[in-house]
Amino acid sequence: MKQRRLIAAGALFAAGALALSACSSDSGSGSGEGSTDANASITIYSTKPQNPLVPGNTNEVGGGNILDAIFRGLVDYDPDTAAPEMSMAESIESTDNKTWTIKLKAGQTFQDGTPVDADSFINAWNWTAYGPNAALNNYFFASFDGYADMNTTDPDDDGPKKAPEPKAKELTGLKKVSDTEFTATLAEAQSFFPTMVGYTAFYPLPKAFFDDPEAYGKKPVANGPFQITAGDGDTGFTLTAWSGYKGEDKPKIAEAVFKTYTSDQAGYSDVLAGNLDFMNQVPAANLVDDQYQTDRPDHFVNKAVGVIQTTTLPQYDDNYKDNPDIGKALSLAIDRDTITKNIFNGGRTPATGWVSPIVDGYKADACGEFCTYDPAKAKEYLAKSKFKGPFTYSFNNDGPGNKEAAEAICNSIKTALEVECTAKPYADFATLRADVTAHKMDSLWRTGWQMDYPHIQNFLEPLYATGAGSNDGLFSSAQFDDLIKKANAAEGEEAYADYQAAEKVLAEKMTIIPLWYQAQQSVWSDRLSNVKVTPKSTLDLTSVTAS
Amino acid sequence: MGRYIARRLLLMIPVLIGTTFLIYAMAWAVPGDPFASRCGQRPCPEAFVQAETERLHLDQPLPVQYGHFLLNMVQGDFGTTFSGDTVLEAVSKAFPITVKLTVVAILFELILGIGIGTIAALRRGGYLDGFFLFTSLVAISFPSFVIGYVLQYLLGVKAGLFSVTVAAGAPWGDLILPGFVLASLSLAYVLRLTRASMLETLQADHVRTAIAKGLPKSMILRKHVLRNSLIPVITYIGADVGALLGGAIVTEGVFNIQGIGGLIFHALRIRENGTVVGVTTLVVLVILFVNLLVDLLYARLDPRIRYE
Repeated sequence: MKQRRLIAAGALFAAGALALSACSSDSGSGSGEGSTDANASITIYSTKPQNPLVPGNTNEVGGGNILDAIFRGLVDYDPDTAAPEMSMAESIESTDNKTWTIKLKAGQTFQDGTPVDADSFINAWNWTAYGPNAALNNYFFASFDGYADMNTTDPDDDGPKKAPEPKAKELTGLKKVSDTEFTATLAEAQSFFPTMVGYTAFYPLPKAFFDDPEAYGKKPVANGPFQITAGDGDTGFTLTAWSGYKGEDKPKIAEAVFKTYTSDQAGYSDVLAGNLDFMNQVPAANLVDDQYQTDRPDHFVNKAVGVIQTTTLPQYDDNYKDNPDIGKALSLAIDRDTITKNIFNGGRTPATGWVSPIVDGYKADACGEFCTYDPAKAKEYLAKSKFKGPFTYSFNNDGPGNKEAAEAICNSIKTALEVECTAKPYADFATLRADVTAHKMDSLWRTGWQMDYPHIQNFLEPLYATGAGSNDGLFSSAQFDDLIKKANAAEGEEAYADYQAAEKVLAEKMTIIPLWYQAQQSVWSDRLSNVKVTPKSTLDLTSVTAS
Repeated sequence: MGRYIARRLLLMIPVLIGTTFLIYAMAWAVPGDPFASRCGQRPCPEAFVQAETERLHLDQPLPVQYGHFLLNMVQGDFGTTFSGDTVLEAVSKAFPITVKLTVVAILFELILGIGIGTIAALRRGGYLDGFFLFTSLVAISFPSFVIGYVLQYLLGVKAGLFSVTVAAGAPWGDLILPGFVLASLSLAYVLRLTRASMLETLQADHVRTAIAKGLPKSMILRKHVLRNSLIPVITYIGADVGALLGGAIVTEGVFNIQGIGGLIFHALRIRENGTVVGVTTLVVLVILFVNLLVDLLYARLDPRIRYE
């Protein structure tokens, strides 16, 4: 779960519906100094980018945060509500949710002066979607017309033979109308398309990238409010406000320095000593007893993000296949309240469904009675089920709190159901994933999801639709698939009702057990005011001011 | 002497091949899908897996893979990191910083370790001797990250005497505290080793003779005691260079120093095996050369030692 597979969303739901201890971060009066300096330079905690800085090839926070600061896509997300707002696009419209007409604002340019036109989007998207370029965000284009012809599969699965050269180099679904207009045709209706295209994978690329991708990856030329003026991944990047930026969200600081840290503890020490201005996630050790709130009074925020933790039951294993009673028994046996309090110090909230409360369309209590701790009922369901345990709960040992949570879950199951449960550690995420993708799991294991874009669909279809990319437990329900398809084609409230109905199917089958929603705890220095944390879990660089 | 050095240099070749093969085999023997951690929750796109498999020759047997690696290494190509830098570039940025940190640590060992060790030996049984023996015991028994965090918090965050983390480019001033933390364990050993070795030499016949001859005290100390006592200490410090390079992972993490330790740690975490192997190979080379240097230093300290 270290990778970014996500965009998180707004704080409103967090503060209201969830009653998390959300500190008022927008007042900016914490320091009381009030004076702001337009020439200020601020420092931000960062980690070393794992890949070249190319939007289509960046899927983790170290590189993603920098790209999000220097690039602007078709839409941008409101830092408070996570709602998509037009950025490079003038409008994104469709009559059937399948063919989208995208009109661009005129006069936008990249930082080297070349125009942000239809070609800069079409070429960038084609590059990412073309299989042989091996871009990490390739799968985001799977819903576009013509994707299959650009991506071929290896005939003998990693064997000596190579995959044949793809038939096409361009998506048939992308058509240029004029310099400021193009259309995107999808294989199936997707009403959430305008929300989706704000993700990093959909940023445009200038001609400079195609001339020399390698050099570009080290110092990208972008089109956003900031530009990279110095630095590298080892020490960090210096981002200077770009005077040519025509968007409304112009920065109120002159410079943002992303400092590379190898340990979050060192970053936290720097915040305490006043050497670092912003850190987006407090280290686990400093969450104990809300220590960060004492360390940085009035200079912290605790807000829900689009991350959910779950437990998956393998549907390819005979013990768990077509056996909803066992899932219900286990879910009823997990004491979420106590575990989130004792192990995560309230940094997580018990889940009542499969969708994060921060996205539109979220409905509380999708899981119903099955997500409340009830040992008596748990035993009833276990008696009804055809498998009686014992259980093992597999987890990756490299994530903070994973071990403690796994042991607590097992203890809870043991106490409630009076059956054996063993917490089984894997050395790291990669080792666990190897067994998961090979479908070798024979009991429960830890799963989690960070959203790509703030939409309810992103919490359902990629995870639980039949054959979907991240459907690790091989869950399959024709009813679920139909509802999702229907929802994707519908709009607004009607679509949400269908997504929620699909979520209800998950509660009936109970092959994935919701555990808890995650929150983010950020701290900052006395110098900063107007601090907002964006839906992508980063500091909103265009609204922050510094003295 | 020249023949001795040539022989030692030639001997390095089999040692280097042996160690790199072991490192290479171990790095790739780590279980798990090498691409799993690169694409988050989703399996990596097939085209990506194919491209990487081919680039790293993962579809071929281990000896063939290693052959490719060795061939490239001989030509000075240590591979490429995921972010597109060559490993040599990455190392050439990180290595000078780690060397600086190691130099600071060694200076602490030499000056404080030998200095205090000498004083303790001369005041054997006194209060000062007891105090130093006790503090060195504390330094030995605490893990270095505890010492690091405590000193960072007390002297850096609270007192503001030292910088909390090391700035880009690692200026010497910023390295004092981390250098001391890195040296702390070895410093304690050097101190105790110097003290023990000095006490032994102080009892030696030639020292008694020197005293009987009425030589000035400082000269006895310098020429007859220290020089003879330093051989085991130098051996220890020489061997320690390798340990410091490796142990720097912890210290570099605490003080956010972008050196070799951080480079290896980052590469291990994201399973950038090519970088791990490349960097460790270079570290092995450095250790081999330092050991050669130490062996050559013996002759300076003790003329009875000859190389043939």
